[in-house]
Amino acid sequence: MVNTSPLLQMQGIEKSFPGVRALSGVDLTLQRGEVLALMGENGAGKSTLIKTLGGAHQPDAGTITIEGKLVSLSSPTAAIVAGIGVIYQEFNLIPELNTWENIFLGREKSGFFVDRSHERTRAAELFKQLGVDIPLDVPCRRLSVAQQQLVEIAKALSQDVRILVMDEPSAALTPQEVEKLFTIIRDLQTRGIGIIYISHRLDEIFNIADTITVLRDGQYVGDAPAKEMTREKMIEMMVGRSIENEFPKQAAEIGEPRLVVDGLCRGTAVRNVSFNVRRGEVLGITGLVGAGRTELVRLIFGADRRDAGEISLDGESLKIRSPQDAIHAGICLLTEDRKSQGLVLCRSVRENFGLPNLKQFSWFGAIGQKRERDAFGQYVDSLSIRIPHQEQLARNLSGGNQQKVVLAKWLQQNAKTLIFDEPTRGIDVGTKHEIYQLMNRLAADGTSIIMISSELPEVLGMSDRILVMHEGQLKGEITDVKSATQEHIMETAIG
Amino acid sequence: MTSPKPKSHVWTTLLNEYGMVLVLLFLVITFSAMTLQQMDSTGAEAGREVARLIADQHGTSAVVAVVTATKGGDEEFAVAANSALQEAGVTVAVTISGSPPQVKQALEAAVVKHGRIDAIAATGDSAGLTLFDRIEGVGSEKCVSVEPSKWPKFAKAENILNVANQTAVYAIVAIGMTLVIITAGIDLSVGSLIALSAVTTAAVIQMNGGGDAGTGAIVVSCIAGLLAAAAAGFFSGTMITAFRVPPFIVTLSVMLMARGLARRITDEESISDLPQKFRSIAGSTELNLLGYEFGLPNPVILMIVLYAIAHLIMTKTIFGRYVYAVGGNAEAARLSGVGVKKITLIVYTLCGALAGLGGILQASKLSGDPKLGVMFELDVIAAVVVGGTSLMGGQGRIFGTLIGALIIAVIKNGMNLMKIGSSDQQIVLGAVILIAVLIDTLKRRGEGA
Repeated sequence: MVNTSPLLQMQGIEKSFPGVRALSGVDLTLQRGEVLALMGENGAGKSTLIKTLGGAHQPDAGTITIEGKLVSLSSPTAAIVAGIGVIYQEFNLIPELNTWENIFLGREKSGFFVDRSHERTRAAELFKQLGVDIPLDVPCRRLSVAQQQLVEIAKALSQDVRILVMDEPSAALTPQEVEKLFTIIRDLQTRGIGIIYISHRLDEIFNIADTITVLRDGQYVGDAPAKEMTREKMIEMMVGRSIENEFPKQAAEIGEPRLVVDGLCRGTAVRNVSFNVRRGEVLGITGLVGAGRTELVRLIFGADRRDAGEISLDGESLKIRSPQDAIHAGICLLTEDRKSQGLVLCRSVRENFGLPNLKQFSWFGAIGQKRERDAFGQYVDSLSIRIPHQEQLARNLSGGNQQKVVLAKWLQQNAKTLIFDEPTRGIDVGTKHEIYQLMNRLAADGTSIIMISSELPEVLGMSDRILVMHEGQLKGEITDVKSATQEHIMETAIG
Repeated sequence: MTSPKPKSHVWTTLLNEYGMVLVLLFLVITFSAMTLQQMDSTGAEAGREVARLIADQHGTSAVVAVVTATKGGDEEFAVAANSALQEAGVTVAVTISGSPPQVKQALEAAVVKHGRIDAIAATGDSAGLTLFDRIEGVGSEKCVSVEPSKWPKFAKAENILNVANQTAVYAIVAIGMTLVIITAGIDLSVGSLIALSAVTTAAVIQMNGGGDAGTGAIVVSCIAGLLAAAAAGFFSGTMITAFRVPPFIVTLSVMLMARGLARRITDEESISDLPQKFRSIAGSTELNLLGYEFGLPNPVILMIVLYAIAHLIMTKTIFGRYVYAVGGNAEAARLSGVGVKKITLIVYTLCGALAGLGGILQASKLSGDPKLGVMFELDVIAAVVVGGTSLMGGQGRIFGTLIGALIIAVIKNGMNLMKIGSSDQQIVLGAVILIAVLIDTLKRRGEGA
């Protein structure tokens, strides 16, 4: 008898956390061999929904059936037994263990001693099936992000999953790596595995998905076959209003050079880089992951020590030896990784906001708490940061709101040069739009902006000028952004 | 979109953050109930109490008579009152145990001999005699006795002061430890630094005349002790920041080195020839609060002042905010322009200095003994952890540590009063620390953190 019921059916899923209703009545249906894109802004409930699937959260109400059979996913183990594999944004790999040890972690065969040769062979087979070449005996910390992701996929396959959930798998991948990932996903499809794919990159969704399901504010908004969906329609479903222009670039009046960098070097990561940014200009810096973009701006910000090179701002030569010096001079850096570098997660959003700005509010080292609260309150309003109160821990915010807190912290500095490193990574469409408009306002006020991004449409859409990096060096400069193409940039970036 | 905190939120916050205060209250009530005992108007206990009352009211120039009958407990009363009065420096004119006529006769003789009688220490029954009013120069209003009552031994003023006094040094050192633990570090050397500071202080006093040393020499010696411990803290901090050696290892090494150094300084001896002025550092200050006079131990006063200052620093100043940020996420703090190394260095130096202060107090109380403060660090860490500071760093409260130190002191004192053996006490203390951390962990999990 052929089983005609769908592979996975979630109905009326509800989940509340203290003070927050994360999911209210969400439905989702996944067929065998289907790629379903789960879309929604940050805080729409995607993460909560997949955590229910992975057995990390228990729903308050609703049913989950797999091939017509009701299942209870009471723990991560129960989810694996039911055939569900979840690859979270933060990988669950032990950095010191090698690939096959990670794949079979917790499921080692035999009694006391690990059957090493069996596991090693199995892992090699899995990689072969995936058509990838990953060294077996290397500790995972030495693998690239893309390789680590493949290890996660191999791990899921070794558990005979029928449903594979991937949360933002492409966030840290280069375009080539994303292509390769898609090849693997299509291969998994032909084996009848159902895939739930979460991404903020709309281009990818149209490329890979069969069906698109949209959530908003914890509610099911609708679904449609990918073929019938348009970009505009999907954004409207996600945001709840239509966004006219994805990249609302407004050219500001560009003046004299402000930040001038000359011959910056650090080992092999950054090699003899010179450039300048002018008043009111947005300078895009792009290139492949590992091309040295982040390393470059960390040198300017004083986060790492430079081997050589001069930095000057508004004609004044700067001696930057620490972030403290850079901030004092008027250079601020919005780091690529909010959680590990941008925020102190266990402290309140107000304290995070205040951290670099305390001297402005203080009198002989004593903090004027009211002035601090008032200052932050203004940003809460103007950036529409969604928090119940200023004492909320930074940890409990969604990605978009966290990014806004970091932004508020630097805006209060009134920086002369503001460096954005991947400002919209993992951030929803609505917040992206707000960040772009903020860049416009800053540029109009005469701030010079450096924007590092791997998303070429964003770089092309928002920059006045683009620098392309490759292996630590500047490989090209695009001054006529309007007539540049993604292909042109990629060619330069590859080297 | 900032709205005032909802009411229920305020209550849960209160419970979460000050739950330990409730635990402390619970302990105080429990121990009070368990040490509740009958206080008679006769017997040794009453004798001492009456003697204390008289000494407080009349001072040492008083001439006192002790009057009892010959019933059960009266003899103990007389003996205890007599010795307690003499200890307090009061003149005991006569001690009488007998029938009313005998009392009258003896009292009259005493008045003649000493010229006056200022007070009469009496048992409850004897105080009821009417004959006092019939003696020239004596009156029943001069009788001092205690009412029979029930009062818990634990909750007596002297016991409470005793607990506070015992807590003070631990609590003072625990301030520094709290700061260190908030930066996600640890300092195992504080016990040894207490010894180092104590022997340095005592040794400098000895060089300046020992028991006859003047005030100037005492001040210099205290500064020397404080500096020695602060320098050790600065050394630890330098190792941790400049060479990135884990705090556990650095302070373990400093713990050994400081202990060895302390023993060398005094050649394993204990220096106890110390001037009275130095002894009085850890003595008491007489206070008059609402007409009630009592001696508040100086270490307790110091503790209260230091906690108030530390609380203000940690909640209201840039330095305090930076300490929390460094412990919560050192990299994010650095990239926000916080001088992470500088803050860490200051914190370890402060911790050393506070241990040094503890050492001076211990030397003043006891002696300049290189064996002081052995295992002290563990009690201090326990106080910090019981007080709700997370070993993961970034979170913790100064007053939480004070509560933690008090909880541990109260448990120890209560068990002593209940005559529980020290082996059982260790078991209970170990369990208390574990439960405190367990509650904290479960609470955090509940927050979904």
